[in-house]
Amino acid sequence: MKKRVLIVDDEPNIVVPLEFLMEQNNYEVQTAETGEKALDLIRNWKPDLILLDIMLPGMDGYEVCEKIRQHKEFNAIRIIFLSAMARSIDIAKGMGLAADDYITKPFAIDYVVGKVNALLAENS
Amino acid sequence: MLEQKIILFVSFGYMGLLFAIAFFGDKRAEAGKSIISNPYIYALSLAVYCTAWTFYGSVGAAGRSGATGFVSIYLGPTLTMILGWPVLRKIIRIGKINRITSIADFIGSRYGKSASLAGAVTIIAVLGIVPYMSVQIKAISTSFQLISQYPDIYMAENAPHISGTMDTAFFVAILLALFAVIFGTRHLEATERHEGLVAAIAFESGVKLIAILSVGLFITYGLYSGFGDLFFRASLVPRIKQLFVMEVTASTFTDWYNTLFLAMLAIFLLPRQFQVIVVENVDETHLKKAIWLFPLYLLAINIFVIPIAFGGMMYFFDQCGSDPVCRQTLSGGFRGMLKFSNGNLDADYFALTLLMAEKQQGLALFAFIGGMSAATGMVIVETIALSTMVCNDLVMPVLFRLPFLKLKQQPDLSRLLLIIRRISILLIVLLGYLYFHYVVEYYSLVSIGMISFAAVAQFGPSLIGGIFWKGATRSGAFFGLLAGFLVWAYTLVLPSLAQAGFFPPDLLIHGPFKIALFNPIHLFGLDVAQLGFNQYTHAVFWSMTANLGLFIGVSLFSRQDAMEHKQAALFVDVFKYSAEPEKSSFWRATAPVADLRALLERFLGKGRTDDALTLYAREHRINWEKELIADAGLVGFAEKLLAGAIGSASALVMVRSVVEEEPPGMDQIMHILDETQQIIIYSRELEKATRDLEAANERLKELDRLKNEFISTVTHELRTPLTSVRALAEIVHRTPDLDAEKHHQFVGIIIKESERLSRLINDVLDFQKIESGRVHWQMARLDFREVIEDSIYSTGRLIEERNIGLTLDLPDTASRVSGDKDRLIQVMVNLISNAVKFCDPERGRIKVGMRPEPAIGKDGGDRVLKIWVKDNGIGIDKENQEIVFQEFRQVVSSSRGRPRGTGIGLTITRHIIESHSGRIWVESQLNQGATFFFTLPLVE
Repeated sequence: MKKRVLIVDDEPNIVVPLEFLMEQNNYEVQTAETGEKALDLIRNWKPDLILLDIMLPGMDGYEVCEKIRQHKEFNAIRIIFLSAMARSIDIAKGMGLAADDYITKPFAIDYVVGKVNALLAENS
Repeated sequence: MLEQKIILFVSFGYMGLLFAIAFFGDKRAEAGKSIISNPYIYALSLAVYCTAWTFYGSVGAAGRSGATGFVSIYLGPTLTMILGWPVLRKIIRIGKINRITSIADFIGSRYGKSASLAGAVTIIAVLGIVPYMSVQIKAISTSFQLISQYPDIYMAENAPHISGTMDTAFFVAILLALFAVIFGTRHLEATERHEGLVAAIAFESGVKLIAILSVGLFITYGLYSGFGDLFFRASLVPRIKQLFVMEVTASTFTDWYNTLFLAMLAIFLLPRQFQVIVVENVDETHLKKAIWLFPLYLLAINIFVIPIAFGGMMYFFDQCGSDPVCRQTLSGGFRGMLKFSNGNLDADYFALTLLMAEKQQGLALFAFIGGMSAATGMVIVETIALSTMVCNDLVMPVLFRLPFLKLKQQPDLSRLLLIIRRISILLIVLLGYLYFHYVVEYYSLVSIGMISFAAVAQFGPSLIGGIFWKGATRSGAFFGLLAGFLVWAYTLVLPSLAQAGFFPPDLLIHGPFKIALFNPIHLFGLDVAQLGFNQYTHAVFWSMTANLGLFIGVSLFSRQDAMEHKQAALFVDVFKYSAEPEKSSFWRATAPVADLRALLERFLGKGRTDDALTLYAREHRINWEKELIADAGLVGFAEKLLAGAIGSASALVMVRSVVEEEPPGMDQIMHILDETQQIIIYSRELEKATRDLEAANERLKELDRLKNEFISTVTHELRTPLTSVRALAEIVHRTPDLDAEKHHQFVGIIIKESERLSRLINDVLDFQKIESGRVHWQMARLDFREVIEDSIYSTGRLIEERNIGLTLDLPDTASRVSGDKDRLIQVMVNLISNAVKFCDPERGRIKVGMRPEPAIGKDGGDRVLKIWVKDNGIGIDKENQEIVFQEFRQVVSSSRGRPRGTGIGLTITRHIIESHSGRIWVESQLNQGATFFFTLPLVE
């Protein structure tokens, strides 16, 4: 069965390459442009990994992460922050919310793909 | 025979009435319904100036030297009230603000809250007032002896022999002292004011006025048939007739002016006068009415002085000699039993003796009560004022300095304060009695009073100088006072003691040790006869010369310390500072609230302390439960509160013992600021400058914060397109088998995102240019319709992509403006893309329009072009409508988060519009869309 990756970003032009890369690597992909929609998908579609942007309209990425981690049943979900906020304080905050990784934009595609593969391989 | 029992009964009954009034006054004051808070009571209380000296002495003086003998003593206060009220008003204001308790406190406080100066003033006041006190004792005991022999009239001098072994004066003194103790120290006031006392004093002033008027009316209209008759008869007696005119010699002239001068000062420098005028004043505005009411009172109480004096002289003295006309006129004279001890009946007591001779028992008793009320009023107020001074400014400061007493640790000092005050009242009255016993017999009432007047006049230079001249220093005041006092003692008291036999009388003839230069009555060989100086004029001349000379001289050559500087400014510029009394606090320091509260409780008791602090808390919105440390304002408030009970010098010492640090090391600052008197102004300016700097610093910090935020926003905005460009480029590069459709899509995105990057960089550069003012405008005449068309063309794709409906509302004719076309297109693009960005995401609507309009505020033919861009997005609430135009500011919405962009687009837009002499603003309501308007001047 294909592993599921959820891409959460409000910039369509960033979603495009990520979606392409994940599909290329044989993952099932869904996208959300707001935190609320992301939480909906997490409940109903149950992704294995989330690529999560932080600066989202309304609920931001940190909040989404926090909400996920509050539920035991979602413990297994891997979370990678993908953010243009590159200050160490932002990274520390993200990692402090029990995310699995924090990748700053812009990124090298190999790096993102490598991280995703590694985390999902660990799981199985 | 009027029984002593009756006299005593009436006397004590009268005293009891006074108590009742005082009690009632205090009760009403506690209930917050002051009965003394009106100008009439205030003016009446000032009449405590009129003592037994007035009641009896004026008549005596008039009998000896006519109107010259007493008028100046009442003319002086009248002049002070009418001409000198601004000075009085200033003193009252200072007294109120600083909660001054006495004249010693006032002078000490002015010169840096100096305990030593206040102590010196106290000593001078006590010693100076002693003779005055003895006058009252003399008056009461003499009048008592006289009336208790009713209807016989005996002279006072041999009174002790008449009444056997009883020394009336001693008992009078004891009774007066007890009365003053009970009256004045019933309880220690948290404030320095005594409402009940003032009510009683005002009542006494009424009684003595009515008494003397009754006596005067009886003599003028009872014994004689009116003023005309009385003066006509008097004019027939040669010895009286010569009193009708004022004999202008050097002596009467200087004497008259000297008395006038002393009386002008005495009206507010006598401790009791200072007490009623300044300390007991309820409302400063009462002074306005007192200015004419009090002189009116003085006029009324003196109106019958001459009739009584002349009537008495005609009645008692056989002065006609062999003059037949005179004999016939005075034939209805005195035929009662008149006993002379030395062939001379004292004219001082005519008011009493005339009534007794006429067998007017009731009226005589009333006159006696009137005289007694005059004397008791003086004694009570004077001893209360003096005992407060002795306690606050003499005893307490000394006790505080005695470490073995451990007073600073005592839990409750209010009892000790009361005891000290009571003892000082007893001692002061006792001193008065001793002076009476050994000295007064040789002098008349008026001449003794003058000794006291001359003593308190010594306070004049340092008090009046102190409230008008900031340069007056503590040393100047101290040496001036000391010199004036010593000269006063040497030239007035010493001779009176010498005459009483305490010193060899030779002293007054040849001077001490036969040095004529130091003769106390011809000091430095002053030719008194030539100048027409009498003993008093001589003493006043030398003491005031020494006082004033040293006061000014030493002040000019001595420096003030920080506290003096501050107090000087506070006193001299009182009307400038009085608006903010609490802010006048010297304290920069803080103190634990608990310590401060404990300190106050020791002197004021728990109840009053709680009341006062609660009031303060309410006014300043402080919660005691939460405040542990009192700030400088509260420390200052506590100090003032304490000053009301124990005087400013002692209060300073006490507060210093609980505050955490001493007043700041101002000495160094003083050196920097040198001798200028401007410390307060400087510190105010410094404070202001500091505040300005702080504000500027805050602005800088804010700007710095915004700039940092801007940089991080810009970085973020750069990273986003860069991310998609890099990721897609890498994909295209690494995926040779990418299908054509995807390839096309990805490269298209790369181009679009690159454009976005350039736009962003241009924006930042534009902003940079505009900030530094290096923009070159390419001005040209243009039709603004073209500008709008061009900008819609370049934003068209954006609008289509979002499915937004665009409506245009343009006039058919050309609307010409002068401007830089590219920049104006930038403005329109900015506003339209903003509208796109904030439009309703599902059903976006944008309306763009323009219309010529008359220019606002111009009535000529000037017209402007008004352009608007309206969206149907989330809108901007009122408070943010100005902020959106500020650099780096973005309004973070709760529903849609931080908007995309750098936050400088609108700043650039506004700058461009304003550079075109236009105006830009936004009208909006939250969730109902926003409309950006701007105007540009139309050209023909």
